[in-house]
Amino acid sequence: MISAQLPAIVLLLTLLTAPVCSMMRHGDHAWKLSMAAVWLSVVAAFALMQQVSGGVTLSYEMGGWPPPWGIEVRIDELSALVVVLITLFGALVISALRESLRTVMRSHRHSLYYATFLLCMASLIGITITGDAFNVFVFLEISSLSTYALIARGRDRRALVAAFRYLIMGTIGATFILIAIGFMYMVTGTLNMADLAQRLPEHTDNRVIQASFAFFMVGIALKVAMFPLHYWLPSAYTYAPKATTAFLAATATKVALYVMIRFVFDVYGVEFSFEQMRLDLLLIPLSIAGIVIGSMTAIFQSDVKRLLAWSSIAQLGYMVLGMSLLNVNGLTASVTHMFNHAMIKAGLFLALAAMIYRVGTSQLRDLSGIGRTMPLTTAAFVILGAGLVGVPLTAGFISKWYLISGALDKGWLPLAILLIITSLMALAYIAKIVDVAYFKPVPADHQPVKDVPVSLLVPVWIFAVLTIYFGIDTDMTAGVAERVAQTLLGVAS
Amino acid sequence: MTSTTLLLLSLLIPLIGGVLLSLQTNANTRDTISLVTASTLFLVVLGLYPSVLSGNSEPLILAEPIAGLALSLHAEPLGLLFATIASGLWIVTTIYGMGYMRGNNESNQTRFFLCFALSIAAAMGIAFAGNLITLFVFYEMLTLATYPLVTHKGNEEARRGGRTYLGILMFTSIGFLLLAILWTYSLTGTLEFTEGGILDGKASPTVALILLTLFAFGTGKAALMPFHRWLPAAMVAPTPVSALLHAVAVVKAGVFTVLKITIYIFGIDFIAETGAGTIILWVAAFTLTAASFVALSKDNLKARLAYSTVGQLSYVVLGAMLANAAAITGAAMQIAMHAMGKITLFFCAGAIYVATHKTEISQMDGLGHKMPFTFAAFFIGALSIIGLPPMGGSWSKWFLLMGSADAQQWILIGLLLLSSLLNIAYLLPIVGRGFFRPLPDGEGTGVTTIEEAPMLCVVPLCLTAAGCVVLFLYGGVIYDFLQMLIPVAETAGVDTTEAKP
Repeated sequence: MISAQLPAIVLLLTLLTAPVCSMMRHGDHAWKLSMAAVWLSVVAAFALMQQVSGGVTLSYEMGGWPPPWGIEVRIDELSALVVVLITLFGALVISALRESLRTVMRSHRHSLYYATFLLCMASLIGITITGDAFNVFVFLEISSLSTYALIARGRDRRALVAAFRYLIMGTIGATFILIAIGFMYMVTGTLNMADLAQRLPEHTDNRVIQASFAFFMVGIALKVAMFPLHYWLPSAYTYAPKATTAFLAATATKVALYVMIRFVFDVYGVEFSFEQMRLDLLLIPLSIAGIVIGSMTAIFQSDVKRLLAWSSIAQLGYMVLGMSLLNVNGLTASVTHMFNHAMIKAGLFLALAAMIYRVGTSQLRDLSGIGRTMPLTTAAFVILGAGLVGVPLTAGFISKWYLISGALDKGWLPLAILLIITSLMALAYIAKIVDVAYFKPVPADHQPVKDVPVSLLVPVWIFAVLTIYFGIDTDMTAGVAERVAQTLLGVAS
Repeated sequence: MTSTTLLLLSLLIPLIGGVLLSLQTNANTRDTISLVTASTLFLVVLGLYPSVLSGNSEPLILAEPIAGLALSLHAEPLGLLFATIASGLWIVTTIYGMGYMRGNNESNQTRFFLCFALSIAAAMGIAFAGNLITLFVFYEMLTLATYPLVTHKGNEEARRGGRTYLGILMFTSIGFLLLAILWTYSLTGTLEFTEGGILDGKASPTVALILLTLFAFGTGKAALMPFHRWLPAAMVAPTPVSALLHAVAVVKAGVFTVLKITIYIFGIDFIAETGAGTIILWVAAFTLTAASFVALSKDNLKARLAYSTVGQLSYVVLGAMLANAAAITGAAMQIAMHAMGKITLFFCAGAIYVATHKTEISQMDGLGHKMPFTFAAFFIGALSIIGLPPMGGSWSKWFLLMGSADAQQWILIGLLLLSSLLNIAYLLPIVGRGFFRPLPDGEGTGVTTIEEAPMLCVVPLCLTAAGCVVLFLYGGVIYDFLQMLIPVAETAGVDTTEAKP
């Protein structure tokens, strides 16, 4: 019985807990309630994963109303993987939040913070599981609004500006997506995504549909922080409260990427997007530019948070590139890296949050010698950094392998070489941090620090261990990704 | 015990031993665990000989991270030879390390022995790798495990050396080796080490040439110029580290990788037909000559030995690129012979430092009178490196010369002989100064007395010096064992009967 209602449960757990949390006075009670809701969602997400494994697609009608009038929830392996991503990594970050928030705001405001956090998580889950195009827009707006609120809570005054900038750009993006959906509805008369997928091929010569594609791509590219629409990301990540960045880096852009993949491959279809509209000609150069510029800018940053933010732009470039290579290896790489990077970046930002918790700042020179004063946290940071570079036996290696294989499958040796060079750039900026952390002396004017409490340390280490685990057992990540890629590309497996 | 269990044990024993010893607070228990682990590992490796000799060794699959590409271990003759050398010399180095670290009162000894154990585990993984991806994984692990050893002293110099070390090795492995592996995979669809190679028919001669060049430069641990700078830079490490890792495990892993890829990915016949080794052949020839000249100019003993290693490693690469039966045999033998000889030399350098705190050769006049065992061992090790009988090194030099003659590369023969002369020039004077010059005034008498290094240092170096002689006497056994590497058609064409002792 319950298993049939899982699609609704996984969404409602967090969605309904959010308003309850906002009414609580004590931050601690709100935290415990959020933890319960979120970890139950994790269980539900894994159960869903189990149900769809092997290529099954679940269809669930919200409220019993049949599509295309009611909202349909469609979950296939790709959506299930993204839901696991959101819930699991969100849960790990929330676990660290209680301690992390103590230094940022007063106790009674914590409840409001958790409420916003849960709302963000719920809306992201909603985007992923819904089968209705307008519903995507609604949840996208909810997630954006809650994200702006979360970012604005940062202690630095520039957080307000960063949130405002993100709000303007994000709203433009969301509006473009709304226009695109509107155009599609105008021509086909339906908002259900599966229905659209069936009806759109008849209208591919229609200017309105072509325009909707263009609007959609620009709107979603902005959400994915694809070059040149990445401008909002570095400041947003840098000035957001410490643990929030971990959550945002893991989820917001990945869900946007999911939407991009879903619409490009499923709704608009491969023939329309790539053969007619030649999307690959646009995406490949832009993603390469994003990768190169992101990596190079990261090397020169002195603020570690900003460094990791620019690194994210580069990594998102890898994902978009994999998508536009149009072969199984490329798309596998894209989906696998979506998961792996979420895990690695969340871990890195959380480890950094732990360091800032003690040291107070994220400037590189203030983090000198932290390898000796906070050995456990820094060790986890090194493992996660190795995952980012793509050292074998870490998850990052798996995604890099598939991506470079995808490039070689197309016979593009220069691109493969470029991807390797950018990996070396990642090595450069990670090595820079490790060098300062272990080999430079602790600055003379610093208070002595010790390692963080267990509640902050454990989630960080879980991320580090997962990075190694998913570098060895890749059934859930690359295995699923490959099946998904084959289905989306229409290749017989 | 089945070969698969033994393979698994060869990885687990050093890892578990390392974890166990790192938890000990008592230095004596810790060092005992170190020794016991090393001895057990050696026995496990020896236990693999029956299955390899009979051709029955089974592969062991550890995990399958990427669909179709498993992390697997498989014992074969070349890998077994490398593993024997590494595990056997680990025992000796552990004893030496105990003597050196205690004699010099070094800090962080637990971290030192732990990283040693991890490095050996990685070396076992490289030795027994069943395919290129496994080899790559353990190759990277070796770089990362040896990094804390190189930067052990923690000072600015160590940090700089460590940066060069990590920078060059990671740059070459990610930049060239990974690219070559991926390219091979896209050409052939497999990465398994197969007899006769996997590239026949899948790659044109030009592609094979570029690919082999990428592989060779990608194996930074083989110290081919211009990617050799990490080796002298790593001399900032304590001498036991230099001895094992840079005379035995790290550099041997490098040339082993090149040789293994030559035999099992490209195939000896394929290289001979397509001339894929041409570029690297001359890079190796240049490296062995240039390194010998540079070694001549160095006064610091460890630096001189480092450049000597750079040159000696190129012998193996040279043999691999010549790709005929005698050259391959010589290359494989050189792995063993050079290991034994070089480790002796490094042990002596460290013993001299522990006893006298001297590092420059110009200061070492007359020390032979006070440290006779050390300098005698140095003499024996030097003869092996030079390639004179009755030391093991003479066999590997002989076969490499034969291989060059078979390939009608007269210039190479000239360069090999020149290099031997240069080896004499930069090694023997050290012994000569030690024995035939008097001690500088004011030393050796009165306040500062110099005596032989601690027993824990002297015994290992005498053992390895004796090992050089033993390897000479058992050259025939090693030769027969290595013939398993050569495809049958090759041996038929080469007349090596008079070479067997």
